[in-house]
Amino acid sequence: MDQIPIMKIGDCLLVSIQVDMHDRMAMTLQDDLTTRIVATRARGVMIDISTLEIVDSFIGRMLNNIAAMSRVLDAVTVVVGMRPAVAITLVELGLTLSGVKTALDVEKGLALIRRLIDDDGEDMSGRRED
Amino acid sequence: MVVEKTNRVPIQTSEDVVRVRQAVRSDATTLGFNLVDQTKLVTAASEIARNTLDYGGGGDLRIDHVRLGNRKGLRLVFHDDGPGIPDINRALEDGFTTGGGLGLGLSGAKRLSSEFNIESTVGSGTTVTLVRWSK
Repeated sequence: MDQIPIMKIGDCLLVSIQVDMHDRMAMTLQDDLTTRIVATRARGVMIDISTLEIVDSFIGRMLNNIAAMSRVLDAVTVVVGMRPAVAITLVELGLTLSGVKTALDVEKGLALIRRLIDDDGEDMSGRRED
Repeated sequence: MVVEKTNRVPIQTSEDVVRVRQAVRSDATTLGFNLVDQTKLVTAASEIARNTLDYGGGGDLRIDHVRLGNRKGLRLVFHDDGPGIPDINRALEDGFTTGGGLGLGLSGAKRLSSEFNIESTVGSGTTVTLVRWSK
């Protein structure tokens, strides 16, 4: 398999990374997701990394990039399911993923996306009333 | 330090970087590394293997099962015959990159290892050696 499937649920895109990705695969995923956000007018992106045994600086950069690109395209990204050993290693590696929102599991991730989209809507209406 | 067993993994494609991760994981499990130590070593190996491929133009990894007294560990020796690193101290700084990455590969891998060494000669290649002991 050379491509990670992207599922659409309502106005969210869901990606579950189930394989040890080589670098080209990660770049393809980044491109595919950006295209799908625009094509489906998605407002949220959830990336499930619960099966990933490591996140190195390349995958970390990919997660940062996806979050930044989706932000520009008016969507929020939440990364869910990071394993504790991966989190410990990421911090020691020096990767903070400061631009990426995270949640413990898929359910909490969906709730966070919903809240972020709703907050965004209220901000907009607030501004219009001013 | 006694070398009890040696495995080799070629590093010529980005699929080989994945194979490096799998080989290191498998050997670390055999030696009884705990999950966090395994994850740290595999992550460090992934960073250096990518450097061997992207900057060194490909090379190989030698995995040595080593023993020192009653401590067991893995020594990973990455070698390439690429252009070499002109300024190793700079290359080890957080955030320094010539390739458009985050500049955390070498410095991060060093932090994730018990022992770390780079030897590089401009024009003839680079050897990165890292050791991690199992608890």
